[in-house]
Amino acid sequence: MGNKRLSGWLPLAVIALIAAAWEAAVRMFAIDPYILPSPSAIVREAMQPNVWPRLEMHTLATVRRTLTGLALGVLAGVALAAAIHLIPGARRASAPLLVLSQSVPYIVLVPLLLIWLGFGEEPKIVLIALVCFFPVTVAMLTGLRECDPALRGYLAMIGADRRTIFTKLELPNAVPYLFSGFRIAAAYSVTTTVAAEWFGGGSGLGYYIKLSYSGFETARVFAGTIIIIAFSMLMYGLAGLAERLVVRWRPKTERRGGDGSGA
Amino acid sequence: MAPALEVRDVAMRYGDRPVLGGVTLRVEDGEFVSLIGPSGCGKSTLLKVIGGLEQAERGEIYIEGRPANGRRGLIAYMPQQPSLLPWRTVAGNIELALGIAGVPRAEARRLARDWLGRVGLAEYANAWPHMLSGGMQQRVSFIRALLSPRKLMCLDEPFGALDALTRQHMQEWLLSIWEENRRAVLLVTHSIEEALLLSDRIVVLSARPASVLREFTVPFGRPRDPKLWKVPAFAELREAIHELLKPAEAAGTASG
Repeated sequence: MGNKRLSGWLPLAVIALIAAAWEAAVRMFAIDPYILPSPSAIVREAMQPNVWPRLEMHTLATVRRTLTGLALGVLAGVALAAAIHLIPGARRASAPLLVLSQSVPYIVLVPLLLIWLGFGEEPKIVLIALVCFFPVTVAMLTGLRECDPALRGYLAMIGADRRTIFTKLELPNAVPYLFSGFRIAAAYSVTTTVAAEWFGGGSGLGYYIKLSYSGFETARVFAGTIIIIAFSMLMYGLAGLAERLVVRWRPKTERRGGDGSGA
Repeated sequence: MAPALEVRDVAMRYGDRPVLGGVTLRVEDGEFVSLIGPSGCGKSTLLKVIGGLEQAERGEIYIEGRPANGRRGLIAYMPQQPSLLPWRTVAGNIELALGIAGVPRAEARRLARDWLGRVGLAEYANAWPHMLSGGMQQRVSFIRALLSPRKLMCLDEPFGALDALTRQHMQEWLLSIWEENRRAVLLVTHSIEEALLLSDRIVVLSARPASVLREFTVPFGRPRDPKLWKVPAFAELREAIHELLKPAEAAGTASG
């Protein structure tokens, strides 16, 4: 238990240490706040009455966009994986296409999506969904295929039909894989949203950072960036929490170890 | 009454390699038959043909009197690995197997709880399979096969993966349960002692391509004494089967 608590606090201590060194360096060398604002200056700037409400508003826009795009991407990824898995021959036919779709640098999609879908929310949401679907599809496809052959053989022997094997064996087997794909997609979704906002539109942290950058408001650039990092970490953490809540059947060696040392 | 299983002259090959060279055997209703043969002789392949997973090249299979070539879902099955779905509880695993065999949900639930209680695993009904020891998992796997409404139970080296002591306990446990709940059983094993302890009849297969070398009727009465090995006739039969398997075993290859 002691080790666990320590390992939880250690990264925070390291972050605090870096912030302290940063603060000290900025003060000691009298660095121009336009080049590098100190952590305290960033916090002070973020708390300004003309800054904080706008940070809040743009954060909300980014969060909403990210969650919508991520949800659509994950749904599309799961549906596509199930379709590829269930349609005979589709797996082999689609493998090069899946890789190809990921080899397209998504930055070049931005102008195309703008041409096709206009300057509203749609191109951004579509871009986020496109970026998110791939890790989900690939992980899910792996999970659907990599079932224990002993379980597959057993179910076939007792006469389980294709549908039963899909719903009772392949789908549950794919859930942990799905979550590992989901964690990656969650991390991608935030950075993609920020990039999409940078390129167009009038809201979101990406837009706000670009604006602050043009106005030489470096402290606001940092404030926006810190919020993005925090949001990204929160998404990753929530994905992990969701996995632990859903996949309860797996032997949890860490938890068992903790109980053992506690007893 | 039709026998639970009738295999008539079944042959099969994997590519160019003949695996089964005309196997004929039958299991009567309520009879315990063991199938023994050198490693890799095709015992497990024969089970797959009976289960409908592999197609016989020649010959017929009848289960409960009905033609069963290439038909699945006509047998109850217990594999060497416990094969419990890790995301279903112990009771849930039994219920799923019964559901696949067509038992109504409520009935499957009742049977699973009832039998887990009978074999002393009541407290594990809602546990995940990984919380059970290997021997306990195999007990669940056996119960799951026993509760199936299918007449014929096929057991494929069910204790092969267990340590010697657990294996012996499991054999005695299975013997006591089976003797109270007689079912047609086809047990694939490579242990002569196991076959002698449990079965009414032992079918000895040759090396590949497998065919029936000889059948032994086990003369010991029931209920069987777990210390059967003390009886002189036990040693004689064991010796006879051992001799029969000997030349094949020397040339034997990988297990199977």
